[in-house]
Amino acid sequence: MPGKTLYDKIWDAHLVTEQDGEAILYIDLHLIHEVTTPQAFAGLRATRRAVRRPDRTLAVADHNVPTEGQALGIDAVADEEARLQLQTLAKNVDDYGIEFFPMGDIRNGIVHVVGPEQGRTQPGMTIVCGDSHTSTHGAFGALAHGIGTSEVEHVLATQTLRQKKARNFRVRIEGEPAPGVGAKDFALAVIGQIGTAGGTGYVIEYAGSAVRGLSMEGRMTLCNLTIEGGARAGLVAPDDATFDYLKGRPATPKGGAWEMALAYWKTFFTDDDAVFDREIVLDAAAIAPTVTWGTSPEDVVAVTGCVPAPESFDTPDKRASAVRALEYMGLTAGQPITEARIDVVFIGSCTNSRIEDLRAAAQVVQTAFLHGRLVAPHVRAMVVPGSGLVKNQAEDEGLDAIFKAAGFEWREPGCSMCLAMNPDKLADGQRCASTSNRNFEGRQGRGGRTHLMSPAMAAAAAIAGHIADVRDFLS
Amino acid sequence: MEAFTRLDAKAAPLPLSNIDTDQIIPKQFLKTVERAGLAKGLFYDLRFDRDGVEKPGFVLNQPAYKGAGVLIAGDNFGCGSSREHAPWALMDFGVKAVISTSFADIFYNNCFQNGLLPVVLKAEQVQQLMDEARGGNHVVSIDLETQTVTSPSGAVFTFEIDPNRKQKMLKGLDAIGETLEVAPAIDTYEMRRALSQPWLEGA
Ligand code: SF4
Repeated sequence: MPGKTLYDKIWDAHLVTEQDGEAILYIDLHLIHEVTTPQAFAGLRATRRAVRRPDRTLAVADHNVPTEGQALGIDAVADEEARLQLQTLAKNVDDYGIEFFPMGDIRNGIVHVVGPEQGRTQPGMTIVCGDSHTSTHGAFGALAHGIGTSEVEHVLATQTLRQKKARNFRVRIEGEPAPGVGAKDFALAVIGQIGTAGGTGYVIEYAGSAVRGLSMEGRMTLCNLTIEGGARAGLVAPDDATFDYLKGRPATPKGGAWEMALAYWKTFFTDDDAVFDREIVLDAAAIAPTVTWGTSPEDVVAVTGCVPAPESFDTPDKRASAVRALEYMGLTAGQPITEARIDVVFIGSCTNSRIEDLRAAAQVVQTAFLHGRLVAPHVRAMVVPGSGLVKNQAEDEGLDAIFKAAGFEWREPGCSMCLAMNPDKLADGQRCASTSNRNFEGRQGRGGRTHLMSPAMAAAAAIAGHIADVRDFLS
Repeated sequence: MEAFTRLDAKAAPLPLSNIDTDQIIPKQFLKTVERAGLAKGLFYDLRFDRDGVEKPGFVLNQPAYKGAGVLIAGDNFGCGSSREHAPWALMDFGVKAVISTSFADIFYNNCFQNGLLPVVLKAEQVQQLMDEARGGNHVVSIDLETQTVTSPSGAVFTFEIDPNRKQKMLKGLDAIGETLEVAPAIDTYEMRRALSQPWLEGA
């Protein structure tokens, strides 16, 4: 028998039983937020079912919250419907005894920033949340993925999920990346290669020396974007970087329990003789700083490249989508992507709002500042830290001062302009350099045009006033 | 959940690939605590112009396709977020089945939780259905028991579906009730885990 993959091992460790050909998987951690849970709790009430493990459930308020005035609590929320959703969550967690970090609590923030930061996310776990970017937590070697609201209700009631096993896909990224190139560029390069449906039906394990070389923040960025390639979950096997990150976090085991947990976590790796259903290898050195030109995360181009022509795609559907994307984005085929003039810069989201992301952006801003350059006058630039704790740490390191001096807005944590459910939105036709994960039509506001890129690239775009190569800003 | 056995309905062609959940139901409609009433937001930016007036060019606004119960879409339908509001909005609008060459994983799962049937056919079959649906008669029949789609001209295509999911759709079964039948197995699993991973208890 061939060996097992990391995914196989986590799967086997959580298999409760099978019923009618479907696996019932035990869920170790259930993260919830205001947008995808109200109907699940309503369902529980209607059927008089209890929450099986409130102690394995954690709630945050992130999608709807404004990014200023959070100390005011619910009064900071002007939008009636958003307010009702937040109040509904507060009532539900209270009724069912679930721990909750409300808006304004220093521990609150974007759900996928909070879980790891608190040490709730641990290797070998199964983690679900009613949000597709739950794949982020796979960076710790946890099987983590998004679920719908009916499944949220199912997990609340049973602490399990009915699942079909996915296939194994390994993405190896080998070698040394060039300066200015990092996890976001890796992720965009992978999606550009496999397409947004390329991972459908798979769980992806990221391996190779370039992945090993990433920090935990970088691994989270990579796993976060896995869903944009269609795979249910992304994984990186835990190693010393993982354990170092977790040690001493509020929810990680201490003392003897730490040693016990460590021994358990170290059993989660892919065996040498395991077989993958699909495998690709990328050369890290060949990856340039990458941005998107269109309205799907697979529409990627190196920053040194040009907007592609619709005729260059091979199916009629794809050509039609490209024509539509170019029109929506207000771009012309063949034009260098650096000609795209930027109106707004958004540094934030569960993809890139952690301390390391803010440091990378701040470094570019500071270097430019020392050369007498500020945010371009026509650009609105904002930084939205991923959690209250990230915000505090950045302030301790003086990053906020660098951003503010250069002309950035320094805001309070939340999803913000990643999906624009709160007041932070693009106006019709505005073009945004964004560190988030989706460039879909209207994602950041109706008619808004999104270019995905890394925090360092977004910082460079803020200074230049158009899409720019961060490598020109590093010296 | 309502059972799905057979459907004879008008089919509307939507020949775009990668139709994402933000297009199916934009975020301003997610601020609800209800499941019902989402039809108003379905394909909002495709259906309405900036002043909220219906765009006559969009397929679901054309009189011939009013009341369509089936959508025929391009590759990778439903990619993007986990929002179950996408199938809720489709169902609320009256769509009971979507036919495509492929669906995004979470969306596909969510359909089954709600009695919306996602049907996967081969590219040339989807193309033929699109072409026929553009003609005068565009009624498509879907029979879940026999796993067949019959095109307006009478061509019959077979589709694959997981047998367990099929049974649940046919009967309209609630997944939670079914899982709770194995509650003793969950109890046993939890007891074992409490011994082997005590650091996860009483957190
Ligand atoms: S930051 Fe964006 S992608 Fe991440 S959880 Fe919030 S809305 Fe979803």
